[in-house]
Amino acid sequence: MAGNESGMATKPATSSLAIEARGLVKRFDGFTAVDGVDLTVAEGAIYGILGPNGAGKTTTLRMLLGIIDPDEGTRRVLGAERPHDVAHAIGYLPEERGLYPSMKAYEAIAFVGALRGLPLAEGRKRGKALLEEHGLGYAVDRQIRQLSKGMAQQVQLLGTLVHEPQLVVFDEPFSGLDAINQGKLEVMIRALAAKGTTVIFSTHVIAHAERLCDEVAIIAGGKVPFAGPVDVARDRIRPQVRLETRVQDGIWRGALPADARHEGHYWLFSLPESGVEPLLRALIEGEAGILSLSIERAGLHDAFVHIAGEAAARALAENNGEEAK
Amino acid sequence: MSSNKINGRLSTWQAAYVIARRDFTAILFSRSFIFFLLGPLFPVLVGGFAGGIGQRVQAAADRPVLGIAMQAADAQAMRDAYDALAPRVGEALPELSVLKQLKPGEAFDAQAALAAKRANMAAVVTGTLAAPRLTGTAERIAEWQGPVSMLAAQALDRAPRDYPAVALAATASSTAQEHHGQVMTAQAGQLLLFLLTMLLAGMVLSNLVEEKANKIIEILAAAIPMDAVFLGKLFAMLAVSFVGIAVWASAYGAFALVAGNAMPVLPEPAVGWALFIALGVAYFAMAYLLIGSLFLAIGSMASTVREVQTLSMPASFAQIVFFMLAAYAVAAPGSIYEWIAIAVPFSSPYAMLARAAQSPALWPHAAAFAWQVLCVALLIRGGARLFRTRVMKSGSSGGRAKQRGLFARLSAKSAHAAA
Repeated sequence: MAGNESGMATKPATSSLAIEARGLVKRFDGFTAVDGVDLTVAEGAIYGILGPNGAGKTTTLRMLLGIIDPDEGTRRVLGAERPHDVAHAIGYLPEERGLYPSMKAYEAIAFVGALRGLPLAEGRKRGKALLEEHGLGYAVDRQIRQLSKGMAQQVQLLGTLVHEPQLVVFDEPFSGLDAINQGKLEVMIRALAAKGTTVIFSTHVIAHAERLCDEVAIIAGGKVPFAGPVDVARDRIRPQVRLETRVQDGIWRGALPADARHEGHYWLFSLPESGVEPLLRALIEGEAGILSLSIERAGLHDAFVHIAGEAAARALAENNGEEAK
Repeated sequence: MSSNKINGRLSTWQAAYVIARRDFTAILFSRSFIFFLLGPLFPVLVGGFAGGIGQRVQAAADRPVLGIAMQAADAQAMRDAYDALAPRVGEALPELSVLKQLKPGEAFDAQAALAAKRANMAAVVTGTLAAPRLTGTAERIAEWQGPVSMLAAQALDRAPRDYPAVALAATASSTAQEHHGQVMTAQAGQLLLFLLTMLLAGMVLSNLVEEKANKIIEILAAAIPMDAVFLGKLFAMLAVSFVGIAVWASAYGAFALVAGNAMPVLPEPAVGWALFIALGVAYFAMAYLLIGSLFLAIGSMASTVREVQTLSMPASFAQIVFFMLAAYAVAAPGSIYEWIAIAVPFSSPYAMLARAAQSPALWPHAAAFAWQVLCVALLIRGGARLFRTRVMKSGSSGGRAKQRGLFARLSAKSAHAAA
């Protein structure tokens, strides 16, 4: 498994898979919401499912969790064919957050733990400790209805983790959070992975996936055109070369690739298949006067556009715009 | 944090217990439980009040009066005869009212007096004691011919002065009385069962809708099988109802202690009171679980209170029809209607409770109970499946995902068809 640019240690490849899904299909009233999705998630990985709203992310997660059954295909979660058989080892934060309004914060955490098999008394103890640990100690005895939306969301997040699951599934975990809490959540996700917990999350914000994920699945129109390491996704696009020369014209221009375009002071083009050396030689021999030359690897966004297509990228941009509003 | 203390997945019953425990405590300490406890008080109060008024009105309106228009001496003699006979004959004698004491030779138009529609005047006696003339509708004069003749005879001093005393030997009951009493007990049991069941099924339905409104249902569905969610909700409400029944029974007991013999007593059912109450509790549980699981299935399809009300209305009406079928079967034990009422799961508990009041045989109850348990299991399984296939269709936003409610889905379908 490849590393990423977040500074996280690259995890060793592991033969154990937290999730293995083959050919998942789900249809609703003749509409195919998910169409032949294959996913493999290694244990301990941070895995992102990336796509615009309506792409099939939530339906895919619901099938993986056993909330709904696929019409076709197979799934194996933590070694079990029926996800509910390993429900005690899974934590799930749905996109639509919700808790019982009359419950106290620590009871709400304990209740979610109890659903996963954690004894209620232990859940209450852990709930109080978790709230203290995350700076919400003052809200331990407050009812959910007395908490702000953001705080209630945090309480639910802690409920997802109270039973110390091996696999955590977050559906759009960053939506509705302010920038500070988004940062905190990123830290929490990294901490979970560092402890060996597998984290899967869906998002339509590429930046989160790019910062956090070891691997991503790009989903659009119910299909997964790409699933694999983030680096491999980026490598689907040739690195971009940015060249600045002192001399604007000369014989060396003939050595530039066909897609080269001039923007401002720079020449921009994809790195030729032959590499950068023949170009450098031509620039020097043609006395172009190289002021700067950089090779930039494509970002995940460019990879997404390349893989999922312009339409999906536009939808993704619209989703991000709506959320920003 | 301490080490993980989870041993493994919860069984369906353990998961149902988690849901039931939460729901039970939440409902028990909620305001709605107070209203639930007070619920039966309203029909009792309204029924009592309306019954009291009705009785008064009926007493005032329904007692027909026999008018007397005779010469003064005859009229007085008729009045005296009435006073003498009324204690012995009771309600067989009509209410008597002297309309006019006529002078000798004075005529009286009885038909005009009746046409004047004086309060409850049903017939008028004119003429003399020896030849009384009764004017009224054909049915009325046929009915009162005997009593008027008896009154005239008494007034003429032709009736015996001494009536022999009749020695009374009362039996505990006659076959007819016993049957009538058991029918009453059966009807009372059925009505109580029906009212309780409908009250609770409505509550469990609103509980599920609230759950969906709180958006917690997906957390439950991801952690435990929907069968367990449905089971937990049903049994929580059942437990709540048992608390309610215990409170109501205690209140009734206390009231009965104070009221003593003034409280109405139902005749003993065929299986005896102890077994009848035990069967009543069991059939109440079954009736509630059957309709409750049906309502949960309906609730799982709806996403708003409005949708729930619309969807549950036909089910409520159907439940009334099933109750009426069972109520009709009470009057026809052993008939095809009773067997249909027993076979149809939703009317089966009512029909079987009525049977317990009327027949001492116990084996039909074991068979009916097994049948009802099977139906409950099938309904819960079906409701859970419906929930999984019909409801969790999409994410919370975007394109098709916004079509969440049943109506939204239907309108989307029709729009698609129109296109």
